[in-house]
Amino acid sequence: MKRIYIFLAAVLFTTAIYSQMVQKSRTGTFALTNAKIYTVTQGEKMGTLLIRDGKIAGIGESVSIPQGTEVIDCKGLTIYPGMIDGGDKLGLQEIQSVELTQDFSELGEVNPHIQALTGVNPNSVLIPVTRVNGVTTVLTVPEGGLFTGTAALINLHGYTPDQMYAGFKAVVLSFPAVGRTGRRDNRTEEEMEEEKKKRLKNLDGVWEKAIVYARIDSLWRAGKGEEPDYYPEMAALAPVVRREAKLLVEVNTAGDIQTAIKWVQERKIDAVFTGVQEGWRVADELAKAQIPVITGPVLESPRRTSDRYDRPYANAGLMFKAGVKVAIRTNDAENVRNLPYHAGFAAAYGMGREEAFKAVTIVPAEIFGVANRMGSLEVGKEANLFVADGDPFETKTQIRYLFIQGWLIPLESRHTLLYDEFLNRTPGVK
Amino acid sequence: MKNSLIFLLTIFLVHCLEAQIPTGSLLIHNGTVITITEGTLENTDVLIIEGKISKIGKNLKAPKGVQEIDATGLHVMPGIIDAHSHLGLLAINESTSPVTAEVWTGDALNPLDISIYRALAGGVTTTHAMHGSANAIGGQCETIKMRWGLTDPDQLRVEGAPRTIKFALGENPMRSYGVSRNISPRSRMGMEAVFRDAFAKARQYEKAWAKYREAKKSNPSAVAPEYNLRMETLVDVLNNKVLIHCHSYRADEIVMLMNVCRDFGIKRIIFQHVNEGFKVAPELAKFGAMASVFADWWSYKFEVYYSTAYNAAILTRNGVVTSINSDSEELIRHLYHEAAKTQKYGGLTDDEALSLITINPAKQLGIEDRVGSLEKGKEGDVAIFKGHPLSIYAIPQMTIVDGIVRFDINKDPGDMRLYINPDEKVMPVLYSHSDVDNCMEDTFEFLFGE
Repeated sequence: MKRIYIFLAAVLFTTAIYSQMVQKSRTGTFALTNAKIYTVTQGEKMGTLLIRDGKIAGIGESVSIPQGTEVIDCKGLTIYPGMIDGGDKLGLQEIQSVELTQDFSELGEVNPHIQALTGVNPNSVLIPVTRVNGVTTVLTVPEGGLFTGTAALINLHGYTPDQMYAGFKAVVLSFPAVGRTGRRDNRTEEEMEEEKKKRLKNLDGVWEKAIVYARIDSLWRAGKGEEPDYYPEMAALAPVVRREAKLLVEVNTAGDIQTAIKWVQERKIDAVFTGVQEGWRVADELAKAQIPVITGPVLESPRRTSDRYDRPYANAGLMFKAGVKVAIRTNDAENVRNLPYHAGFAAAYGMGREEAFKAVTIVPAEIFGVANRMGSLEVGKEANLFVADGDPFETKTQIRYLFIQGWLIPLESRHTLLYDEFLNRTPGVK
Repeated sequence: MKNSLIFLLTIFLVHCLEAQIPTGSLLIHNGTVITITEGTLENTDVLIIEGKISKIGKNLKAPKGVQEIDATGLHVMPGIIDAHSHLGLLAINESTSPVTAEVWTGDALNPLDISIYRALAGGVTTTHAMHGSANAIGGQCETIKMRWGLTDPDQLRVEGAPRTIKFALGENPMRSYGVSRNISPRSRMGMEAVFRDAFAKARQYEKAWAKYREAKKSNPSAVAPEYNLRMETLVDVLNNKVLIHCHSYRADEIVMLMNVCRDFGIKRIIFQHVNEGFKVAPELAKFGAMASVFADWWSYKFEVYYSTAYNAAILTRNGVVTSINSDSEELIRHLYHEAAKTQKYGGLTDDEALSLITINPAKQLGIEDRVGSLEKGKEGDVAIFKGHPLSIYAIPQMTIVDGIVRFDINKDPGDMRLYINPDEKVMPVLYSHSDVDNCMEDTFEFLFGE
């Protein structure tokens, strides 16, 4: 009996220490007072931002603070909406060179039904590393093959994929590309053209099937025919054919962009172009086609040895100035945290700070159809936001508080924990 | 006879031209001068005469014929130095043996590499053109300047810079030999054995030659040992005539190499990448080893999974001379931004952060008396920025090497190639070069797929 007591005491003791050590996120009613509030859509305001039931419940000087509210004084600080990365592999890749930690690519060419959301590891060490820099939401995107899978928008907080899901999914098409895969790709231009034709033909074949499937499916739904056979790939494409869903089209070089514009227009597809590294070469055509673009990475080498050194920095701004709706992405995994720096370089090289910040907040939210819930600081929107001591693009700016869906998230990650442990290591050396 | 005289004269002249590194004279007028070592001076001029800084002060007069650059409202800092780069090289890895101390990247310089110009456009003036990390003891490296416009490979070299050699620990040499070819090292145990074996054999080689030289005094017909360039180089390493730059990640392997070096009397070592350097920062400081790190790269392989972006700050605070490197033709274009990350991750001051890309890498290459700060008598390598170089909005305006403007944002029409290969395809490359692990270029796996 005595032993059991000792055992229980030991358990309680270790639990107590453990709970002291582990910081957990918590929710409730919070008032962020005396703050500058950078709303993105409604200008800059001063005063209080009230968070209740996971949402922004009030903004401004005259917000009344309910009893029992936790007040956080934000004097000298600014509140910004959480940044949204328009495309990356977060949650789908843990260690780049370790194959069995890569879940972003499935076997086969036509995988529109494969779900990125299923592959997301909510406990990836990369996720806290990312969110403590103010990135609250990302589109996580599968790669490989022609139709690479279905991308999913996730909030960077939660313990299951469903808890993280932020309400947008879309099939990804990796548009048949012409170009070299690297310096050692020695194919002739004729060979590459041939291959492109073959791959485009293959794509057309898949799409024709999708149209047929969608027709059968639509008739069946209207009670006019038989149920289509089990064909999950086509079932995933049918909403795109019917313009009920968007299609993300990964396309990068100028020629491929032109081909892709024609391809989606002929098929009346509701498309979003992603990557678009050479968009600046065909910016007017993109603008005319009114196809929104998610571009990046910005911190990238130029595609051709003849290109001006700053083209990747300037690309987003050049497209924006031509009239294209532009969001910015990192296309990274472990360093999605650098999203504000990608946007910052775009800002410096022509896009301007205000538009570049929109490109990582309200613009991706609009593209994903979730602007009613996120992307700016407005009453009624989800409380995805961070509090910083300066311009969020400036490298040295520190983030002081972080909320995702109204949860106050500890600003802790493997990187901060290692810093705390090793800055003054004990034991050191004699 | 006359012909051969002309021939000899031509050879002599060519030789003279070859040795000549062009220098220039400039007055950089009225900038905010960040000297790194002697504070930041407002409204100050920097006068460069024939490639050397001759004066830093206010209201300097340009000697007749010397070009003036108006730096009003601009920031003037020493040219950025990258202690780990592979740009300007035609070959990177001699991956034929775990020990290849005999080879030298200086034999494979490519002054036409467009990456040199792109680095200049990011304020970089000097890089360390390193051998790759396929071998435990790789080749010797070359310190070069970004003298874009010159086409003689010899003119890239920083003449008189100390010799350096690349070592590598961990996954890369283990993959190149143990895993793919069944040749030791396969493990971190084997790594140590390879170093001890190579050093011990070099000592034997040195002794054999000493014995021969001694014997030669009394016996003119004494037989010399076989000359071996690999061993000659390793003997120089053992005698501290060559700086070791060692690709490394894990704390334990870093300690291992310091122990081996201690046992063989090697004193000067710079650890490269050294993602877990922060874990053994006190040991590094005690040994006097230096560290050249990424600002925030991690998780690209297992041996960097337990790393932190606070590495540079922890190392600096523990007294380790630290630099930020690129190892990438992309990253090298914004090292000033990489340095700024140490302010976010660890709160370094402006001077501390900028030291990581100027005077500290200069120390790691043994050229700190020549470059790395703006001081009288140092070489005229300067980067001029609009905005503070640590700001995200900073834009490099002009980069000067040896007093010659090699990058000017206002004189860049776009295509800056020096040589256009008629066979070069106009097709763009789909995946950028930065996706490739430079360090492993030219290796077995790289060629035959990983």
